[in-house]
Amino acid sequence: MNSLVKDHTLALLAKGTREDSRKTDEYRDISIEYGISPKSAEGSARVKIGDTEVVAGVKVEMGRPFPDKPDQGSIMVNCELLPMSNPKFESGPPSIGSIELSRVTDRVLRESGVLDFKKLCIEKGEKVWNLLIDIYPINADGNLFDAAYLCALAALKDMKFPKVVDEKIQYGTPSKQGANLVKDRLPLSCTVWKIGDHLVIDPTYTEEQCAEGRLTVGILPNKALCALQKGQEKALTSDEIDQMVDLAIKKSLELRKVFEK
Amino acid sequence: MSNLLVEEKQIVYPGQVIANGMDFLPSANVLRDKDELVATKIGMISLNGRFVKIIPLTGPYVPRDGDIVIGRVTAMGPFGWRVNIGLPSEAVIPLKDGSSDYLQRDADLSKYYNFGDHVVAQVTKVYNGKLFDLTMKGPGLRKLAPGRLMTIGAAKVPRVIGKKGSMISMIKDHTNCKVSVGQNGIVWISGDEPAMEIRAVEAIRLIEKESHTSGLTDRVKEFLEKKK
Amino acid sequence: MSYTKRTDGRKFDELRPMEAKVGVVKNAKGSAMFKIGKTIAIAAVYGPRDLYPAHLQDPTRAIIRCNYNMMAFSGSGDRVRPGPSRRSKEISMITEKSLTPMVDLKAFPGGVVDVFVELVQTDAGTRCAGITAAALALADAGIPMLDMVSAVAVGRIGDKVVLDVDKEEEDYPDGMADIPLAIANRTGKITLLQADGEFTKEDLKKGIELGKKGCAKILEVQLKALKEKYEGAKK
Repeated sequence: MNSLVKDHTLALLAKGTREDSRKTDEYRDISIEYGISPKSAEGSARVKIGDTEVVAGVKVEMGRPFPDKPDQGSIMVNCELLPMSNPKFESGPPSIGSIELSRVTDRVLRESGVLDFKKLCIEKGEKVWNLLIDIYPINADGNLFDAAYLCALAALKDMKFPKVVDEKIQYGTPSKQGANLVKDRLPLSCTVWKIGDHLVIDPTYTEEQCAEGRLTVGILPNKALCALQKGQEKALTSDEIDQMVDLAIKKSLELRKVFEK
Repeated sequence: MSNLLVEEKQIVYPGQVIANGMDFLPSANVLRDKDELVATKIGMISLNGRFVKIIPLTGPYVPRDGDIVIGRVTAMGPFGWRVNIGLPSEAVIPLKDGSSDYLQRDADLSKYYNFGDHVVAQVTKVYNGKLFDLTMKGPGLRKLAPGRLMTIGAAKVPRVIGKKGSMISMIKDHTNCKVSVGQNGIVWISGDEPAMEIRAVEAIRLIEKESHTSGLTDRVKEFLEKKK
Repeated sequence: MSYTKRTDGRKFDELRPMEAKVGVVKNAKGSAMFKIGKTIAIAAVYGPRDLYPAHLQDPTRAIIRCNYNMMAFSGSGDRVRPGPSRRSKEISMITEKSLTPMVDLKAFPGGVVDVFVELVQTDAGTRCAGITAAALALADAGIPMLDMVSAVAVGRIGDKVVLDVDKEEEDYPDGMADIPLAIANRTGKITLLQADGEFTKEDLKKGIELGKKGCAKILEVQLKALKEKYEGAKK
C-alpha cells in the first residue's frame, strides 16, 4: 500500500478526522431503494453508502430439502465483486473476497432466525422453497460488508413469492406473500475496522487499504449477537474486540433506524 | 462549397459532423472522413483560421515532452526506476536523471525512490506513445511527502491550473495547502488543516464539473471565500 | 399469418420507452445506464490500461475487451447461474466487434480498453441495450470515436417487419425472426448483424432501414444523456 496515503490517513485520524471530515464512528449517507429489478427478481434493492453502491436480487426456486432438514427451506447468498465496480477487481471466478462477503452475509441472515425456514416448507421431505440472493457492487468505494448485507436484507424485505399454478412457479406474477421476516429477530450487520490505533466505521476504499484488522458483527434487536467474522492480518487483543463489539452494537441502532424508515 | 456547422466554444459529441467541404482543416480530436470533418471526443470547438480543433472535456492522458506528472514507483534496477502514471505505458526515470547526486551503478536506489513512493517528475522524451522518459532533476520535482491524492480527468487539468497557474494559486492561497497537479490527472494536496484540504478538493471538483462554463474563476473564488 | 397489432400496442416502427444516464459508476473512466422497455443495462469503461498477458497486446493500438454479464436475478424465469456461459461469451465478442470499427486506439499501443456490461433486468434486446450503453460509456470516457454506435433488434413477425422486438414478440407462437443490429449513426454502417428465425431478403432490407431509423432515435436519447452531464451545469 503506498505509504504516502497511509501516512496521511493516519495523520488525519490522529487529528480525529478523516478524508471527508467524518468522525471515526460516522457512516456516510445511506440510502435504500426497493424494487430495482421488479420484472425479473422476486425481490430487489439498491443500497448506497456514500459512493459505494450495491444492488441485490432474490430469486426463488422449489427444490428437494436437505435430508437432515426435511421440513425446512433454505437460503443461498452469492456476492460477486464485479470488475466494473473498482479498477482493482479482476475478471474471473469468484475471488476469496467475493466468497468471504457471501459467506459472512449468509451467516448473519441464517443464524439470526429472521427467516423461519420451516415456513419455507411446501411438502415435508419432498418440496421446499429456496431463496437465492445475489449481490453485486456497482461502485466499490469501501465498506462492502455493510452495504452488501443491508442490500440483501432490503431485497428480502422487498420479496414477494410468485404464484404457483399446478405445482409450477409462475414467475412474474407476485402473490401477496412476502418473506415474512421475523421482526424481533431482524439482524443488522456492522463492521468495525482498525486503522493504526483507531477504530473506524464505514471506511472508504482508500481507508480500507490502510487497515490492519476488522470485525464484522451481526446484531439482533435485543443486542444479542448472531455472527462474527474477524478479518485481515493483525491480531486483536480481547479489549479491542470488546470495544469493537460495543461500537458495532451502538452503530447497529442507527442502521436499524435507516432500515426501518 | 464549405460549411462550418458549429460555433466557437460549442460543445460537440463523437461522430458529430462539424464541417463540410475541403476548406476547413482538422486539428486535435477532429478527423476528416471524405469531405466531412468529424468530432472524435466530447469537447469544445476552438477555431483558428481554417483549423478546427476540439478541446476535450474528457479522455485519457496523452504524454508530451515537458509535462509534469505524478506517478508511483513500481520497479527499479540498473536502468533506474519504472513509474506508473496510470496509462498502458512505461515511464522510466533513467539512472542519470534520478538525482543531482552522482549515482553509481550499485548505489542503493531505494534510498532515493522506493517501491510505492509517489514522485512529481517531468516528461523528457516520448517515444512511440508507449515508452517515455522522466527526469527528477528540475525545480519542484521530488518524492511526495504524505498528503491526499485525488484523480481528475486529464482533460480538466488545464482548467484546474488556470492561465499561468492563476486558478491553482488561488486555491493554494485560500486554503493554505500545498498542491501539485500532474498533467496525467493526479493531484496531491497537503495542508495543516484537514478542513482546508477538503475545501481544496471541493474547489477542484467544482472546476471539473463546470470546466466548460464562463465566469468559473469568480465562482471558485466565491466558493473558497465563503465561511463554513 | 397476419400480425395486425403488436402485443403491447406499439406501432410497428415504434421503440419502447427509453431512458439513459451517464456517469453512473464513479470509479470508472466512463459509464452509462441505458433502459429500453424493461431491459436495463449498465456499462462501465476502464482504460486505456495495461494489458496482460503480453501476448494479447497489439503493438499498433489498444484493443477493446468487452465482458457482458447478466445478473443472476435479471432473467424473467429461473435464476441465471452466475459465471460466463457460451451465450454471454458470444455476446461479449460481438459487443467488442460492434464497437471496434468506430474507435481509434492508435495512440495507446499495447493497451486495453475494458468495457463491462451488466444486465440488471432483461426483457429482450439485451445485447443491443448493452452495446448502446457501452457506446455511451466510451463517449463518457473520452475514448476517441469516429461515430456513435446505437443498437436495436428488428424482427419479422407474421407478415410484418417490426422495430424493437420485446419478450412477448420473441416468443410469438407462430415463430418469428429476431435480427439484432448495431449501426454507426453518421455513416449508416452496420457493425452488428445477427439473425435467427425465418425471413426473406426483403424482410432484411426493410429491417435494416427500420433499424437505421430506430437507431437515429436511440442516438437522440444517448446524446441527451451526454448533454445532461456535459452541458447541464451551463449557467
